[in-house]
Amino acid sequence: MAKVTIDGIEVEVADGTTILNAARQIGGDVVPPAMCYYSSLKETGGKCRVCLVKVTQGSAKDPRPMPKLVASCRTPVMDGMVVQNISSAEVLEARKGVVEFLLLNHPLDCPICDQAGECDLQNLAYEHGAAKTRYEEERRTFEKIDIGDKIKLHMTRCILCYRCTFVADQLTNNRVHGVLNRGDASEISTYIEKAVDNDFSGNMIDVCPVGALTDKTFRFKSRVWFTKPLDAHRDCPTCSGKVVLWTKGEEVLRVSARKDQYGEVKEFICNECRYDHKNMKDWVVEGPRHIERNSVISQNHYEKIDLQKLKLEVDRQLTFQKGKQLPQSNTSQA
Amino acid sequence: MGKKLLLEHINVPGIETFEVYRKQGGYASVEKALKTMTPDAVTEEVKKSGLRGRGGAGFPAGMKWSFLDRKSEKPRYLVCNADESEPGTFKDRYLMEKIPHILVEGMITSSFALGARTSYIYVRGEYMYVIRILEKAIAEAYANGFLGKNILGTDYSLDLYVQPGAGAYICGEETALLESLEGKRGNPRLKPPFPAIAGLYASPTVVNNVETIAAVVPIVNMGGDEYAKIGIGKSTGTKLISASGHINKPGVYEIELGLPVEEFIYSDEYCGGIWKGRKLKACVPGGSSVPILPGELLLKTAKGEQRLMTYESLSDGGFVSGSMLGSGGFIVYDETACIVRNLWTFARFYHHESCGQCSPCREGTGWMEKVLHRIEHGHGQASDIDLLVDVAKKIEGNTICPLGDAAAWPVASAIRHFREEFEFHVKHPEKVVNPKHFEITPFVSERVAVIG
Repeated sequence: MAKVTIDGIEVEVADGTTILNAARQIGGDVVPPAMCYYSSLKETGGKCRVCLVKVTQGSAKDPRPMPKLVASCRTPVMDGMVVQNISSAEVLEARKGVVEFLLLNHPLDCPICDQAGECDLQNLAYEHGAAKTRYEEERRTFEKIDIGDKIKLHMTRCILCYRCTFVADQLTNNRVHGVLNRGDASEISTYIEKAVDNDFSGNMIDVCPVGALTDKTFRFKSRVWFTKPLDAHRDCPTCSGKVVLWTKGEEVLRVSARKDQYGEVKEFICNECRYDHKNMKDWVVEGPRHIERNSVISQNHYEKIDLQKLKLEVDRQLTFQKGKQLPQSNTSQA
Repeated sequence: MGKKLLLEHINVPGIETFEVYRKQGGYASVEKALKTMTPDAVTEEVKKSGLRGRGGAGFPAGMKWSFLDRKSEKPRYLVCNADESEPGTFKDRYLMEKIPHILVEGMITSSFALGARTSYIYVRGEYMYVIRILEKAIAEAYANGFLGKNILGTDYSLDLYVQPGAGAYICGEETALLESLEGKRGNPRLKPPFPAIAGLYASPTVVNNVETIAAVVPIVNMGGDEYAKIGIGKSTGTKLISASGHINKPGVYEIELGLPVEEFIYSDEYCGGIWKGRKLKACVPGGSSVPILPGELLLKTAKGEQRLMTYESLSDGGFVSGSMLGSGGFIVYDETACIVRNLWTFARFYHHESCGQCSPCREGTGWMEKVLHRIEHGHGQASDIDLLVDVAKKIEGNTICPLGDAAAWPVASAIRHFREEFEFHVKHPEKVVNPKHFEITPFVSERVAVIG
């Protein structure tokens, strides 16, 4: 076990835990955002650089600070490590810079993007980005391509998190897509627009943090906040069968895997569940899906609201917005 | 006349063949190491010599070797980094082209010291003709019993391979090089783990520059202590400098570290002064990624001391008034050079060569290139200069590998020392329309004077 202090809050975690996962055990505002790291996929992370944190004390044995900001998703904790996330102005400044870089060539076509409302980049930019861009040049664009009959790749929106290539590597038995070219010309693509056809390929859509990979069976059907998400399951021979149905009345518009509070899928689902069972009768509905109160999807979402919890959440948000600093007596868990 | 260790026999006719090289005392270090020394003793000599990595970072080579995980049961590898792609650096090409056996000899001796049974020379793809020269040299070494099974009758065996790269600057970064060598896309790995623990094929690996490995030959021959006597302080031995730019005699020179920069530029033995009788304006002393220095700061440090060709002296004053020795790509500019245009060229290079893995470098290098293109072509605004400084600051230190730093440092330093020139471009767009604008009327700065 290793004791680590993040923004003044001490937590004890297993050896080999990364700083990001230690922060997630604390929860709340001290959790660094992550765009490329995905806990259920091995070797992801380290690329987007939004989770950069400052290590002011390396460990109890070697208390020297680390010279540079480190990617918290790939840096394991050491006993006695002291980490600054939102309490360091340097980290917030660097993060703001990274968000600016991520948005530099992003088309910001949210009004016509299917991901809007459930987009990690949108949330990140809302929290950490600047209101105006300083970029005057033309943005890079790519042609939209179909990878298979179910997935649309809109490379212009991609932030190159590499998550989808890890899905193909780790969940499916043959990867036919990857990253071509380099620098800001690099793109996710298949070998000569070959179709991605595999039982679990649909999970690429769920892991994509932006609207680069979208479900062709759902494209332009509805804004996500007009749908009603329901937890449901079915007896599936290939996967766990635990899904979210995105419904409008009796109609099932989309089936997706269940994401946790950090937007990560823990149980991937198969393509049969995703595409071939868009019928309420095929599913056992468990009830309305819990949606974070601050998400735009919670519009018109009828779920039993815990007023006490809601009040705490609102208070927390208010203190957080006030200069994004932790309160002085930062002892209890947020 | 400075001491020559690597290029001593470079002008002997036929030195690229085994017979001539052997006659000139070649492969003596292999005989000495394999027959009279233990691997640890060789490592100890390299440590004593104070040899520092010649690829750019200047990390002590002996220390790097001692980090190698010798307890692991996995095979150990030595990889020679011959992916020399830094603009302004061409010393490794010269060495491999003219005297390939010194690298082969160094590889054998170093592999013996590290206990590697298989070693690789990773050469950039553009050096295809160099690869053929190396392969011929390796074949000759095999034929004469210096490579293969039971070298010189000892129980040490070594196989040496040459692997061409596919033309990417990023593959000169050691972990990207290892990825590429494994046959993958050349993206740098996240560290830790360092290659000394898990490098090539997840086995302990040492990656060294061509010149570093070649320098092991004289170190073993003359002894580490003797080698350490050459040079000043922690900068020991000789260094190959690739001199280019506006000088009378561009080329590769072997210098003893500690040579005054002024002597290097003006003496007839080396660069022979600025060409066409012009004046010295600026210099990039260690390859395109190190900070640029104006003439007066190049010859004298901010404290007024004479600047020497050593790792310490060139970096004296930090990045405010110093630079780095880097890989020894010494680029000199006379008074007609346009710093903005030069910087744009560098930025274009880094934009082209960024691997695209992490966001600050992928997006930032392209952004800087576009803004610099605008300023250089007379479409800049006053706010662009501060924008560049800010973008460079946001990239620096926030990336996976040092390419981001390498792209940011030249921008930050050029604006720090030559801000007036950027302002001139913004204020007088009509005067910079001609690409040779400062060649016609050199820019006169009030802050930084030209030397000469």
